[in-house]
Amino acid sequence: MSEFVSAGRLERVMKAGHLGVTSECGPPRGSDPEEVRKKGMLIKDFVDAINVTDNQTAMTRMSSLAACVHLKLLGIEPVLQMVTRDRNRVALQSDILGAASFDIPNMLCLSGDHQSFGDCAQGQNVHDLDSMQLVQTVCHMRDEGKFLGGDDIRRPPRIFVGAAANPFADPFEIRVPRLAKKIACGAQFIQTQCIYNIDKFKEWMRRAVDRGLTEQAFIMAGMTPMKSVGMAKYMKKKVPGMDVPDEIIARLAGVEKGKQAQEGIDICVEHIQQLKEVTGVAGFHIMAIEWEEKVPEIVERSGLYPRPEI
Amino acid sequence: MIIAEKKPIEEIIEEVRNFDRILILGCNECVTVCEAGGKKEVEVLASALRMYFITQGKEKTISEHTLERQCDHEYLEEIRKNIDNYDAIVSLACGVGVQFAAEKYLTMPLLPGVNTICLGANEDRGLWTERCQACGSCVLARTGGICPVSRCAKRVLNGPCGGSTNGKCELGPDTDCAWQLIIDRLQALDKMDDYEKVAPIKDWSTDRAGGPRTVTREDVKI
Repeated sequence: MSEFVSAGRLERVMKAGHLGVTSECGPPRGSDPEEVRKKGMLIKDFVDAINVTDNQTAMTRMSSLAACVHLKLLGIEPVLQMVTRDRNRVALQSDILGAASFDIPNMLCLSGDHQSFGDCAQGQNVHDLDSMQLVQTVCHMRDEGKFLGGDDIRRPPRIFVGAAANPFADPFEIRVPRLAKKIACGAQFIQTQCIYNIDKFKEWMRRAVDRGLTEQAFIMAGMTPMKSVGMAKYMKKKVPGMDVPDEIIARLAGVEKGKQAQEGIDICVEHIQQLKEVTGVAGFHIMAIEWEEKVPEIVERSGLYPRPEI
Repeated sequence: MIIAEKKPIEEIIEEVRNFDRILILGCNECVTVCEAGGKKEVEVLASALRMYFITQGKEKTISEHTLERQCDHEYLEEIRKNIDNYDAIVSLACGVGVQFAAEKYLTMPLLPGVNTICLGANEDRGLWTERCQACGSCVLARTGGICPVSRCAKRVLNGPCGGSTNGKCELGPDTDCAWQLIIDRLQALDKMDDYEKVAPIKDWSTDRAGGPRTVTREDVKI
């Protein structure tokens, strides 16, 4: 029996004790595969795997699974994001098998933004399972080799299973117990919400370490560079569960408009360098939203390049 | 109770336009308490329709009647003796009452005068809020008496999701985060250990997913 649950690189990098690096690619609002390939090729050599979002912010896009396949065919390792908003347990299990048939080695289980934020506000939502139960489902299929209904799966999926955590959402006191629940369900890696409040994140990590959670799962710190002071203010005010301290806004506002993007990158790099020293941080998830071309610079300047040989 | 909301008068006018003798039929139960379809609302709607048709130069007979319950055969029998006096009935009962009346009077057009919204409570004067979605398999014992199925926008059974901010749902400041309320209750009950128990995958076959539901009780059958 292999010590690895997947055939993927991300699992091997982090299990070898290296800091893992992932990034994110949002599929296009159309059917042109070139858009996915282009984004993938920009960051291919700078990350271990690339998350492909699943109709993020509830805007209808090319399916996450299809976009993952386009990346896989280029030799790029995908992390299939799957939300419980749009599919019931039949469709979720079916897509897990579909992903496994292309040997997509990683999955991130999410509940998804409410559909009222997207372009189908009048649609139904499903939520047959919640995100923790989706983690349980993938693990059950992989480890027991069975469907939820009890029947055997021929060639069960081999998937490294992840979940998201938001150290900043309310109520703060249950954020670590909630992380513990996700890990108890089987989550092996955790990608966090974008971190700007470093002190609060460190406090969350300290509590996670104290409970021994970092021994059981790899915690990847979520990083998103700010493009402008406008973006920082928007994220502070409008994005649910986001914690942007005033000093970040002041720092971006303190430089002229043409240089704010560079300042945003600098802040991101500084934060990664600080967080590399924090006990329990096992990697970084760099979400440069529609700004993928900046990922190589961030990875290089943060001392995370070249990626280790595995 | 069942919470309903009056339909816009324009929609009702459109539905009844082609009928000359119309009965507005109220219900003395839930829709009376939530002030959408009781005797008072029957009077208001009947007056509004009369005024409208007078201004249009149309001659219509608008009658009024309010039953003790529309979801009960016994009370629905009350209108049988006069049923030939009407061309259509606008029922201000919930969807259950409208259908029960329709089933009883096969050839009578039955039109809903309210939108049935939810199972809820009168939280404040003029404010009714949802409390139950009749999922058919109650989880309240595990969630501090607060329902994640009806009160969480994603019906997350292991919450809260990442969108909970300052005790409010990601939908906006008018919606409480159900999981904040659950945690507040579990803390008050000193049962936070229960929070870490993973809620199992739910059997939704008792919900609407399983098809129309019935309750059969041999012990109370005649």
